[in-house]
Amino acid sequence: MLLRPTLSAYTTHFATTEPAVAAQHGVSIAGTLPDCNQNTPVKSLQCALSALRLVMRLRPQVIISTGSAPGFFCLLAGRLTGARTLWIDSVANAEELSLSGRLSQIVAHQCWTQWEHLAGPKGPHYHGAVL
Amino acid sequence: MILVTVGMQLGFDRLIKAMDRLAPELGQPVIAQTGKGTYTPQHMEARARIAPGEFQGLMQEATLIVSHAGIGTVLTAARVGKPVLLMPRREDLGEHRNDHQLATARSLVGRPGILIAMDESELADRVAEGLQSGPVTAQESPTARQLHAALAAFIERRPR
Repeated sequence: MLLRPTLSAYTTHFATTEPAVAAQHGVSIAGTLPDCNQNTPVKSLQCALSALRLVMRLRPQVIISTGSAPGFFCLLAGRLTGARTLWIDSVANAEELSLSGRLSQIVAHQCWTQWEHLAGPKGPHYHGAVL
Repeated sequence: MILVTVGMQLGFDRLIKAMDRLAPELGQPVIAQTGKGTYTPQHMEARARIAPGEFQGLMQEATLIVSHAGIGTVLTAARVGKPVLLMPRREDLGEHRNDHQLATARSLVGRPGILIAMDESELADRVAEGLQSGPVTAQESPTARQLHAALAAFIERRPR
């Protein structure tokens, strides 16, 4: 949400697991994904398929995720359609990169942390923070 | 109104006690969400937990939010545009399992809308500053500008 001032310069589609939150902030949603995590394998599979369908439909040139498993699946789907993919780990992860953030280091073109002390020469990289 | 919050998981009586001592001099009501603390405040309206919907409303009404150095509160305060004062929990006092809140507090020093009291001795001065600071926007900080510029560069395939 805090990245919108920059994203608004481009044609942007938002996907979320919480359409109510998006509506609260006045954001129209291109797709809703089922929420999932490492403890919900069936939901995760459903989410991965939904993410793939969404990415196939929209064919974005760039996919950005600011966190959690559904965002990760969008980046994964983006690699299949040739999108450039960026993971920006949530600023809430001040102690260590999230699990999906660590996985995105393998999958995404770039993986950023919002905490300088978590950055390393091989990534994740630090390029500022929303705060 | 000043809103004090220490999260739901743990107590943080050091902050609650210190705010309770200050409360009579602040000239406005203080509402405290005290978590699993054992101290009973005398000068503040105190509740162990506050439901998310009501809590959101209180954040919007507050002139200042006083909190343990939890990043969740920092993000919510940024979203509602309110100044937030952070005092970190300490491991050696049994307030958390490690000292990551000290690290968080130190790394947030100087960011717009965020005030840091490293311990209760700094609290009164920071509260006074916080009450004078007024509404804040999250986009002003140099680190936010850096992130927005880096993001635009990534999207446009420009070098950073």
